[in-house]
Amino acid sequence: MTLGLSLKRAYTLLILSLSMGVLALMPSGAAAQDEAAATEAVAAEATAEAATDGLYTPLGQDMVKGQPVAAEDDFYGSMNVQPQFSDVGEYANGFHVALIWIMAIISVFVLGLIFWVVVRYNKRSNPTPSKTTHNTFIEVVWTLVPVLILIGIALPSISLLAMQYEDPPEDAITVKATGAQWNWQYELPDYGVEFTSNMLNLKEGPEINPGIRQVGSEPWDGPGQLEVDNRLVLPVGKPLRIQTTAQVVIHSFAIPALWFKLDAVPGRLNERLLTINEPGIYYGQCSELCGVKHGYMPIAIEVLPMDKFEDWVRSKGGTVPGDAPAEEAATDDAAEADAAALTEASTEPAADAVAAE
Amino acid sequence: MATTAEGFDIHTDDHAHDADHKPSFFVRWFMSTNHKDIGTLYLIFAIFAGIIGGAISGVMRMELAEPGIQYLQWWVEFMGGEPSVNANFHMWNVFITAHGLIMVFFMVMPAMIGGFGNWFVPLMIGAPDMAFPRMNNISFWLTVAGFCSLLFSMFVPGGIGGNGAGVGWTVYAPLSTTGSAGPAVDFAIFSLHLAGAGSILGATNFITTILNMRAPGMTLHKMPLFVWSMLVTAFLLLLALPVLAAAITMLLTDRNFDTAFFNPAGGGDPVLYQHLFWFFGHPEVYIMILPGFGMISQIVATFSRKPVFGYLGMAYAMVAIGVVGFVVWAHHMYTVGMDVNMKMYFTAATMVIAVPTGVKIFSWIATMWGGSIEFKSPMVWALGFIFLFTVGGVTGVYLANGGIDDVVHDTYFVVAHFHYVLSMGAVFSLFAAFYYWFPKMSGRWHSEFLSHVHFWVFFIGVNIIFFPQHFLGWQGMPRRYPDYTEAYSYWNEISSFGYHVMAFSMLIFFVNIGYALVAGRKAEGNYWGEGATTLEWTLSSPPPFHQFETLPVIEDHHDYHDHMPSKA
Repeated sequence: MTLGLSLKRAYTLLILSLSMGVLALMPSGAAAQDEAAATEAVAAEATAEAATDGLYTPLGQDMVKGQPVAAEDDFYGSMNVQPQFSDVGEYANGFHVALIWIMAIISVFVLGLIFWVVVRYNKRSNPTPSKTTHNTFIEVVWTLVPVLILIGIALPSISLLAMQYEDPPEDAITVKATGAQWNWQYELPDYGVEFTSNMLNLKEGPEINPGIRQVGSEPWDGPGQLEVDNRLVLPVGKPLRIQTTAQVVIHSFAIPALWFKLDAVPGRLNERLLTINEPGIYYGQCSELCGVKHGYMPIAIEVLPMDKFEDWVRSKGGTVPGDAPAEEAATDDAAEADAAALTEASTEPAADAVAAE
Repeated sequence: MATTAEGFDIHTDDHAHDADHKPSFFVRWFMSTNHKDIGTLYLIFAIFAGIIGGAISGVMRMELAEPGIQYLQWWVEFMGGEPSVNANFHMWNVFITAHGLIMVFFMVMPAMIGGFGNWFVPLMIGAPDMAFPRMNNISFWLTVAGFCSLLFSMFVPGGIGGNGAGVGWTVYAPLSTTGSAGPAVDFAIFSLHLAGAGSILGATNFITTILNMRAPGMTLHKMPLFVWSMLVTAFLLLLALPVLAAAITMLLTDRNFDTAFFNPAGGGDPVLYQHLFWFFGHPEVYIMILPGFGMISQIVATFSRKPVFGYLGMAYAMVAIGVVGFVVWAHHMYTVGMDVNMKMYFTAATMVIAVPTGVKIFSWIATMWGGSIEFKSPMVWALGFIFLFTVGGVTGVYLANGGIDDVVHDTYFVVAHFHYVLSMGAVFSLFAAFYYWFPKMSGRWHSEFLSHVHFWVFFIGVNIIFFPQHFLGWQGMPRRYPDYTEAYSYWNEISSFGYHVMAFSMLIFFVNIGYALVAGRKAEGNYWGEGATTLEWTLSSPPPFHQFETLPVIEDHHDYHDHMPSKA
């Protein structure tokens, strides 16, 4: 180990002790990004516009919103949650910052008390110990004050939960994510789109997903271990009815930048409302141990304006309701898709049970 | 009532007994009925298992030091497997499973309960031995058998990736049922059966001993807090472990006899397993930390030369933690897709636990307040415990919030949290207790200097390992991953560096033990002086082979305000 490196580590140690407090002082990442968002949205349009061949070209890396940041690029950012791009995420992020303050204050308070007794009540400073073993007042205080703090935490916590469990409105777009060993299978029954999303193989190391291209072989590819061959494309600002289930073992559908994590359990159909506020790319990873390639089935969501999303649907061979050229067929398809979605929701356990066999 | 070990001795009583009559080597150590010998066996076993479990965590930290797969292939070959993509990743899952199971069932529990509990519960209540000495012996050997079964599982097929059980210490169905072919998972499950049976027998032994064999005059409210902590722990074991046993038995029948408890194809539900597991698993975390609470209370009082502040509050805070600990289990499964009301309930109930825990933290500080503190090695470890357990506690309150949990569930934040309460909380209390009682157990002094150096190096090491893991978790790095994207490399590298520091401190620990056994000064009966007032300090160091053949009497005027009984 070089001297420089050890100095760097020593510095990091120093930083570590201060980091909790400093972190809470930082402005919320999501707020900071709001300004940039507008310009980026325009850039997105431009990128998509530039794609003249075909209906859809994946967004480039300038549009990544949700991914971990390296300490070298953003030191304090690398110590906090990712910037948030859903209403739930923004509310939760504020609550999270408040909790960091509470955690830091309590830890520093206890550390301060420990320092005080060490300095004031050591054998040299206080040779004769007192015999005090009771003080009803102080005991009541240190029972009640934590209770009040906890009530103060519980109230916003309950609101957050209520917010996360809002029912999706009737016109919400249904997105079904099925965890498989080891990829995600997506289905948008409203649009008749169904596809599998595999992790791209890493540049170095063995071929993890045989037959899948390497990360970096297309200009829009994101970081290794997060990028996939087929991103899940979704419309911005529309309520989404995210449904998760799995084939054989439990997986978990997680996107940190949207404050979203929902287990995919065989035989169950979990459902949660999600609305994504900005166009962009959001990465997540499977978050429940699911076997040997648990670390290699990421989630990549690409969020586009409605018209671009519809182009993507068409590029996938799906049907956009109200498409002019094949109106009759489209209506039929849409109706079928709707019916399919309904039956799916109600008969899911049985269907998956069969799949599990 | 005063059941003594001699009554059950393996040989016939054809010659006179004195207190220090010891059986021959094999009879003494392999057919032991003496609580101190069994305690020693448990401690040696826990250290041995801890070395293996700790070495596995070293392997994992090395692999995670930088992005990419560096060492897994080598380990597959080392374990006699055929390297392949699947085999390498499976090896990783085997490591995380083994590390978790070994540290929980074969390091912390045997050391806390089997080791220090066996040694000091009878001594502190003035009893000649445990109530059921021979059951005590079978408890220990069942634990050893369980450990062997777990180690054996690493060498038999465990699924598509090769040998070993790669299912995590939680053994979630259906990964552990339809998801893992081969006998490895069966052996891992059986290992939990054996260790669990040992623990249940041990728990009944402790409950009987504590309720029936206290010295005359020692009422429940005069018991030392360590004994209180063991009593609560024993009840938790007795109530929680049968649930685990049921759950994992259902896993075995799902695996081998085509039942479908957890198989949706047969009408079962994988989430049922999680409920059963965590109904055991949450009390289990208190099983691992409550004895530590008791030890810290003894140590803080001893070195402050002051009785414990708020003795009754301390005792009943542990009872409260134990009771509430049974109704918070589903906070381990917030993302499983539960109803919103259920999630709100578990959020609120979980936060309630912070109240009695806060009472304990503040009572320890109040015990030191006004004291005359001597910074001997156990006290330094106890101070480290109080601070680091507080840090682990506040991140626990953070995690208790069901809505917040959605972003950190199954990430390194959770890993950081539970290592702060276990690998710092439980392990710091174990080292505190070790340095507190080692001369009592062995009759020889460790080096106080090395113990202090051990503390500081270990303290720095574990904090470098685990503090950055909070950041990784907030950034979204999932648990149980052998590899990660570039962005996570900085804090992972620092975390792995910390492992070296921690490992070095363990060398100091072993040198210290070696020094004490070879060249340590002889220890007196009460080597900590006037602050050490519980009954074990009335005996020689080490205590006679059989102690308290005449029961000590606890005088009336020593009520709980003084918490500690007078010297008999």
